[in-house]
Amino acid sequence: MKQGIFEIVKNEALTDCVYRMVLQGDTSAITAPGQFVNIKLEGLYLRRPISVCNVEGDQLTIIYKVVGKGTAQMAAMKSGKLDILTGLGNGYDLRLSGDKPVLLGGGVGVPPMYMLCKKLLEQGKAVQVILGFNTKSEVFYEEEFKALGASVTVTTVDGSYGMKGFVTNALETMDYSYFYTCGPEPMLKAIYKASNTSGQMSFEKRMGCGFGACMGCSCKTITGYKRICKEGPVMQKEEILWED
Amino acid sequence: MGRLSVNLCGIELDNPVIPASGTFGYGYEYAELYDINCLGTFSFKGTTKDPRFGNPTPRIAECNAGMINAVGLQNPGVEKVISQELPKLKECFHKPVMANVSGFAVEDYAYTCEKLDQQEQVGWLEVNVSCPNVHGGGMSFGTDPKAAAEVTAVVKKVTTKPVIVKLSPNVTDIVSIAKACEDAGADGISLINTMLGMRIDLRSRKPVIANTMGGFSGSAIFPVAVRMVYQVAKAVKVPVIGMGGVSSAEDVIEMMLAGATAVEVGAANLVDPFVCRDIIRDLPEVMDAYRINTLEEIIGGVQNG
Repeated sequence: MKQGIFEIVKNEALTDCVYRMVLQGDTSAITAPGQFVNIKLEGLYLRRPISVCNVEGDQLTIIYKVVGKGTAQMAAMKSGKLDILTGLGNGYDLRLSGDKPVLLGGGVGVPPMYMLCKKLLEQGKAVQVILGFNTKSEVFYEEEFKALGASVTVTTVDGSYGMKGFVTNALETMDYSYFYTCGPEPMLKAIYKASNTSGQMSFEKRMGCGFGACMGCSCKTITGYKRICKEGPVMQKEEILWED
Repeated sequence: MGRLSVNLCGIELDNPVIPASGTFGYGYEYAELYDINCLGTFSFKGTTKDPRFGNPTPRIAECNAGMINAVGLQNPGVEKVISQELPKLKECFHKPVMANVSGFAVEDYAYTCEKLDQQEQVGWLEVNVSCPNVHGGGMSFGTDPKAAAEVTAVVKKVTTKPVIVKLSPNVTDIVSIAKACEDAGADGISLINTMLGMRIDLRSRKPVIANTMGGFSGSAIFPVAVRMVYQVAKAVKVPVIGMGGVSSAEDVIEMMLAGATAVEVGAANLVDPFVCRDIIRDLPEVMDAYRINTLEEIIGGVQNG
């Protein structure tokens, strides 16, 4: 973990309520895809945890959905500096991927799949990506994943774009060695049931500090109590204990 | 003695800055960021007799200038704290540490305090009779002078180190409770724990916190803390540790003028993990600005109060 001041390079809308922000600063604490950063915003007490979409040198890309005061404030920023804690959480473990991993991103669970996809492709893996959205107007990053060289399937719940249905409908048609996913909890649960290999899932929870001090985001797992912000957000399929 | 040093129940602190229990774990998350030996000491995560997972999530809600937490004393229990956490803590912190203890029965407090009292690295016991987030214990001891005194007396009987009783602000007469603890043998009083608070989500119309209510902390509660520290420090002879919304060197000085011998910093650590290091760095300059030679000389120094 590191604290740094980042300069906003670019901040643009990808859809009605999803934005991409490119920041410049010391990215050296970010060591794995699936980690997150925690952003201090003027006038708001707690920092905002946002997943890392990509790192290129000293440029950090995050993609966020406007869901409340903090993200609305971020969306309105054209330039300036942000106080950010970087290198938080335990990211995806690439060593377990096998030769033909599948990556499933749902909604704002898509961004962390980008850097993961890039890294797996660099290792010569045949990466398949499934991006799930509710409807056509919410779709983002399909072209970016294609540009990396992955095979991409988009699903929409209402069928307005790509394959009609959920990411699990696409998953059932595929042959894969391992899965990586990030998205809303009902989606993770469905993948947990539908998948026929091992895999890793990234979870989201309301956090206090984001670096393991306050125990605000604890959860129970098969291997004991874990903090989503510290031992997580990425968990192995085998250790997950669904709460209900 | 340096300009910043203070004497807390017979142990000299290099400075009065103490990260508060529940915001600093066992120190090692912060030790990754800076040398935590710059701190006066710190109060480690509240320890109970048995392991506890704590409350369901969400446990955190944001407020204007503060936050609500309902963690519910998650901790591995006193045996594991001693066998696993304290050895790790020793590697990154070489000063006496403050052991924070909670319980659900008088016997729990005695059991846990007796064990921790025997640990060489423990300098003080901070007995939490004020946790708002657990049912059937914690705060219920801290809202009744008799119960608070009973816990204090029982703990004093089985321990040798200074016992500091941590009080709840969720009472009508804080002074009577502080005095009851002092009469029962408390070597110090720390206050305030969090204030009972609640938030409701407008979309779902449900409480934001799964446990419905939680402890409100952060800069918003600072004036309440200053007032209660002032009232208690005037009424008792033992040292008082002031806390509640402290986030700057100026806040530390204000708390000491109100009567605090040392000052704990809580929620601010969660937002700015370097805040305690920075407060200690800033103190000499702020002291100069207010013509303060040593911190010891300003304790309880509020005028016409």
